[in-house]
Amino acid sequence: MNIVENFDLFAPRLINKKELLSGGHRACSGCGEVLAVRLMCKALGENTVIASATGCMEIVTSMYPTTAWEVPWIHVAFENAAAVASGVEAGLKALRRKGKIADCDIKVVGMAGDGGTMDIGMQALSGAMERGHDMLFVCFDNEAYMNTGIQRSSGTPMGASTTTAPAGKVSMGQKTWKKNMAEIMVAHNVPYVATACPSYPLDFIRKVEKAKKVKGPSYIHCFSVCPTGWRCPSDQTISLGRLAVETGIFPLYEVENGKYKLSAEMPKKLRPIKEYYKSQGRYRHLGEDEIKMIQDRVNKEYKKLLNKVQCLEAWS
Amino acid sequence: MAETIIMTGNTAAAIAAKLCQVQVVAAYPITPQTSIIETLSQFIESGALKAEYVRVESEHSAMTVCISASTVGARVFTSTSSHGLLYMHEQLHWAAGSRLPVVMCCVNRGVGAPWSIFNDQQDSIAQRDTGWIQLYCRDNQEIIDTVIQAYRIAEEVYAPVMVCYDGFVLSHTMMPVCVPDTETVNSFLPPYKPHTFLSAEKPRNINPVIFPGMRHNSEGVLCDGYMEMRYKLQEALEKARDVIVSVGMQYAKLTGRDYSELLWRYKTEDAEILLTGMGSIATEATVAVDQLRQEGIKAGVVGIRAYRPFPRKAIQEALKNAKALIVLEKDISYGFEGALCSDIKAALYGTGLNAPLHNYIAGLGGRDVKAREIYEAVKTSLEDMKSKKAQNKTIWINCRR
Repeated sequence: MNIVENFDLFAPRLINKKELLSGGHRACSGCGEVLAVRLMCKALGENTVIASATGCMEIVTSMYPTTAWEVPWIHVAFENAAAVASGVEAGLKALRRKGKIADCDIKVVGMAGDGGTMDIGMQALSGAMERGHDMLFVCFDNEAYMNTGIQRSSGTPMGASTTTAPAGKVSMGQKTWKKNMAEIMVAHNVPYVATACPSYPLDFIRKVEKAKKVKGPSYIHCFSVCPTGWRCPSDQTISLGRLAVETGIFPLYEVENGKYKLSAEMPKKLRPIKEYYKSQGRYRHLGEDEIKMIQDRVNKEYKKLLNKVQCLEAWS
Repeated sequence: MAETIIMTGNTAAAIAAKLCQVQVVAAYPITPQTSIIETLSQFIESGALKAEYVRVESEHSAMTVCISASTVGARVFTSTSSHGLLYMHEQLHWAAGSRLPVVMCCVNRGVGAPWSIFNDQQDSIAQRDTGWIQLYCRDNQEIIDTVIQAYRIAEEVYAPVMVCYDGFVLSHTMMPVCVPDTETVNSFLPPYKPHTFLSAEKPRNINPVIFPGMRHNSEGVLCDGYMEMRYKLQEALEKARDVIVSVGMQYAKLTGRDYSELLWRYKTEDAEILLTGMGSIATEATVAVDQLRQEGIKAGVVGIRAYRPFPRKAIQEALKNAKALIVLEKDISYGFEGALCSDIKAALYGTGLNAPLHNYIAGLGGRDVKAREIYEAVKTSLEDMKSKKAQNKTIWINCRR
C-alpha cells in the first residue's frame, strides 16, 4: 500500500509507459473498467491479441473507423469471447507449426464484463478453460449489464437496485447472492486464478504479468467500479474499489495451482460494509437489518476464504 | 493417382477436408454429422493431417472458433446438422459479415419439435439469409468434389460456403467415390491468403461497432458504413455465381467430372415436364423420370447445385420450354409454400413462362420418398393441371392429410 501512496516515485519504474489503449475513447468519466483495461494492456505489452465480448469496453473503444486499441483486437458477439480467444490461439498455433508466422509468444486474452463472463459467456469460458488453451481471460466485473443500462446479472450483489431488479415497496432490489466466478474457475483446476481491482494498480499489473507467464489457461476477476451504474460520484471510483477490498466484499487473492494466497493489500481487520454502501445510490434503500444480513454473509464468505488460504495445498 | 473407394458421404467429406489440408477443425457431435469429425480426429491423431482440433463445448463455439482461427489466417473446417446448425445461426451471420472463407458441411436433418434425427432440408434452408453460399450434393462423389471446390470458391470471394447433403441418405450410405490425389488437389487449391488478419506488427480491429452512416477515419478517408459493407457482401455472393462456374470448370478439367453449371440436368433436351429439386430427392426424381418416359411423357430433371447465390439466369434458361413444372423439396416455409418453389417462381417472374407449377413437400423428418411415389404424384399432377383451378398448388406427398 505504501508503494501506491508514493505512486509518482515508483510508477515510472514499475509500469510500462507505452499506452496500448489510447485516450479519446468514449467511456464515462470515472469508469473503473476502462482504467483496468488500460493497466491490463500495460502489463501485457504489444505481443497480445485481445478477444473482446460485446459490452461497454467493446463499444467505447472500437467505434469504426476509429479505435483506441494499439494491439490487435477482435470482437465476435457477446457470449463467446472465450471461444474467440480459443480460435485465435488454435489458429496461431497451427500457423506457427507450419512456419507461416514467426515463432514468437503471442498472448491471447479474452475479456468480458460480468454478464459476458458469468451469465451468457459462461459456457464458452468453461469450455475454453477445460480445454486448456494458452490464454488469459479477464472478467471486468461492474456488477450489472451497464452497456444496456444497468440491468441485473448474476454478478449483481444482494440488495443492489438495478433497472430490472429495482428496489421498491415490495423489493430490496437484487434478491440473490452474487455468483462467485473466481471459485468456479478454481474448480476448473486452471493453473492461475486471481482477483484484482484497478484501485490497486501495482497488484493488478503484477497479477496480469503473472497470468501472462502461465503456459495454459488463467483467469483474473477484476472488480470494476461503475459510477454511472452504481449511482455514485465519479471521483470515488478509486476509493470505492479500495473500500470493497477493505470491507472484504471483494477480497484480493490468488490461487496458484490450487494454493490460495491473500494479496498483501488485504487488511488485518475488515472494515464494516456500511462504509462502502453509504455513497452508492444503488444501495440507498437498504435498511439496517438488510445491511446486517449482508454483513453476516460477507463475514462468512471471508472466513471461508481464510480457511482455504490456511488449509489448501498446491496440487503441483 | 486418383483411386476409387467405396465409402459413406461422411467419410468423403472428411477425406475432402484432409485433402484441402485444413489447419483448424472445430466441431461438436450431432447425428448424422458425427462420423465426419470422428474420421477427421483419427486423421489428426494418427498424424495424417496436421491440424489443430478444438473440441468445443457447443456448435456455437465451433463456429466462433472457425471465425477467429480463419481471421488469424488458418484454413478452417467444421460440420454440423439440424439443431447444431440452428444453434450456430448467430455465428453464421458473423462468419459471412466478417467475410471469412469458412467451409462447413451441413448434413441435412429435420428440426424439432418433435425430435427427429432423420433427413430433411429445413435446417439449411432456415439459414438461407445468413450470407453463406449454399451448395447441395446429390451423391457421395459430389460431396468430396464440392468440399474441395468450396475452399476455392470461399477463398476467392471471401464468403463462407455450406456444403449441404442429405443425412443418412448420403451421409451413411456407401457409394463408390473417386478420390483425387493430393497433387491434383494441391494444384487446384492454392494456400489461403486472408484479406485481413491479426498481427502484433500491424494491429487492427476486427468487427468493431459501426454507425448507420459513413464516417471519416483519422486520416480523413470516408469509410464504409454498415450498408456499404452489406452491399459488398451481396455483390460478393452475386459474383460467386461466376466463380462457382469457373472453379467447377477448372475442377472438371483436372478430374473429368462435370461441374460447369450452377445446376445439373437429366434428360432435359426435349423435356416438357420439368422436375426440380436439391440433393438426393432430385436424384430420386431421375428414376421417376425414366418411368415417365417409358410411357412417352417427356420429363426431365433440373437439379439445383447452388441455392445461394440463386442461379436465376440458369433456371430461366433451363426451364424456358417447360409445359409443366414440379418443384420437389424437403422443407416448408410455414404459411406459404416450399422455399425453393418461391425462389423458382421469383426467378421466372417476367420471363413470360406461364406453365402450371406444382410444389411437392416430401420426405420431411426422413419420411421415405420413393421414385414410384414421385412418378405417381407427377401423373396425378398432369391430370390435375388440365383444370384451370389447379395450375398452382402445394401438395404434401406421401403424407396423411
